[in-house]
Amino acid sequence: MSVKLSLSGVRKSFGANEVCRGIDLDVAEGEMVCLIGASGSGKSTLLRCMNLLEPIDDGTIHLDGVDISEPGLDPQPVRQKIGIVFQSYNLFPHMTATENVMLAPRRVRGLSRDALRPRVTELFTRFGLKERMEHYPDQLSGGQQQRVAIIRALAMEPEIMLFDEITSALDPELVGEVLDVLRDLHRQGMTMVLATHEMGFARELADKVCFLDAGRILEQGPPDTLFTAPQEERTKAFLARVI
Amino acid sequence: MADTSLDKGAGGAPPAPTRREVYEAGVRKRANRIALISTASVVLALVVLIPLAPGWEDVKRAFFNGRVFAATFPGLLEAFLLNVMIFAWSAPLIALTGLAIALCRDTRSPALFPLKLFGIAYTDIFRGLPVVLVIYIIGFGIPGLGLPRPWNSPYIWGTLALVLVYSAYVAEVIRSGIDSIHQSQRSAAASLGLSERDTMRYVVLPQAIRNVVPANMNLFIALQKDVALLSFIGPVEIFRQAGVYKSLYANFTPYVGAALIFLALTIPATRYADYLMNKQNLARR
Ligand SMILES: Nc1ncnc2c1ncn2[C@@H]1O[C@H](COP(=O)(O)OP(=O)(O)O)[C@@H](O)[C@H]1O
Ligand SMILES: [Mg+2]
Repeated sequence: MSVKLSLSGVRKSFGANEVCRGIDLDVAEGEMVCLIGASGSGKSTLLRCMNLLEPIDDGTIHLDGVDISEPGLDPQPVRQKIGIVFQSYNLFPHMTATENVMLAPRRVRGLSRDALRPRVTELFTRFGLKERMEHYPDQLSGGQQQRVAIIRALAMEPEIMLFDEITSALDPELVGEVLDVLRDLHRQGMTMVLATHEMGFARELADKVCFLDAGRILEQGPPDTLFTAPQEERTKAFLARVI
Repeated sequence: MADTSLDKGAGGAPPAPTRREVYEAGVRKRANRIALISTASVVLALVVLIPLAPGWEDVKRAFFNGRVFAATFPGLLEAFLLNVMIFAWSAPLIALTGLAIALCRDTRSPALFPLKLFGIAYTDIFRGLPVVLVIYIIGFGIPGLGLPRPWNSPYIWGTLALVLVYSAYVAEVIRSGIDSIHQSQRSAAASLGLSERDTMRYVVLPQAIRNVVPANMNLFIALQKDVALLSFIGPVEIFRQAGVYKSLYANFTPYVGAALIFLALTIPATRYADYLMNKQNLARR
């Protein structure tokens, strides 16, 4: 399979705090890559660098072989191709679910509401939210809000989806419905990178798991290898703590 | 609260009060009684004591003269219409100018830096001056240039003075609203590929403006009162009309009438703004 997204030597600091210390990572087309690691190890920052929400200090990011990390490059076309879903949903509270989903396709891709309606309805139906389309975010449960956030990102028809601990803020009984959505997307062949604490889920579905430690990918590999026979002491310690 | 009424009120009969409810009702009743007694004694003291003051009869005649009040009140109401009109055309101009200035101050693009500078200077200057001074300078200064009709009208320049001053305050309020919108909302918009402009227009501003409605209402209540300052440069609105009546009847009662008219409008408006503010604070918790 061809490499879709390729990071090499990516560095990112906030002031004196170096959060990514030379990250090399290849994500193949249709692959699901899981980032695991302790809180503060740099998972969120790495994801935000991938769709240029944070400019990187050094290294390169290639999307389909094109360098998208060139300083001064217009990030907007890249962000259309790489969707992201956040831990705290970040829905727009003053818009209904449908308006949340339609805003970017309307403004960025210039599509009309009518043109969007069939596809948006289909997405809501597929993720079990057809009855909730005209609800405002505060009328939805956490799990429903998170699914709307996923639909909102999908409505831009991205080629890659990034998920930043999207189940961490959810009540345990709502986690399942959101993970189902991810399973569904994976089956459809979406290229995905997830920061996650759901080890069971990573083990079940990931093609590749990367253990982040203090801004470095300390160890990566298929889940069977990484979870059962980790090489590094720190990986072992981390897994012993979370599993 | 919801669950107690659920499991107790199932049969349709009102649920028996819980021990806690009985206790709280008792506390409330006692508090109300104390408040009533203390208020009544203060009012009584005022009613009894004030008329005992040596000058009370003179004050009563000068400020609370029923005959003068009846004769001037309709005229005052009519003059107040002019206040309302000046307010009505100033308010939208102020809202628009305030929004424009807020956006100027918020620009990040270096090409628009002069706009940002302008926004900062504008708000600093007009918040730093007494309203009445701006009204004098503009209201007397510009027509002093000897402009032809209608450009010498005090209405135009008075309105301009109000717009200049009040839009500076409104701009600051809107800007605080913009600042109050969490960065994650901008991140979400940016991640969808929205431009900065669309992010501001569709994501940040609608939320920001909603958040500052109560604060802006308080500004517009203040504006309604400050319209009276235009009387210094000509328009015969209620304050000036009251002055005319005062000279005519050699009596201050028309000012009291004018005060009552202002209060009839501003007290409900202030209460409403407070109510909105409280509601918002509750919702934010
Ligand atoms: N916008 C920011 N400004 C300053 N420091 C940040 C910012 N975002 C993240 N950090 C810092 O980067 C480090 C890694 O954070 P993060 O990427 O959120 O880790 P993780 O998602 O693995 O918990 C933390 O020390 C955090 O304080
Ligand atoms: Mg994180």
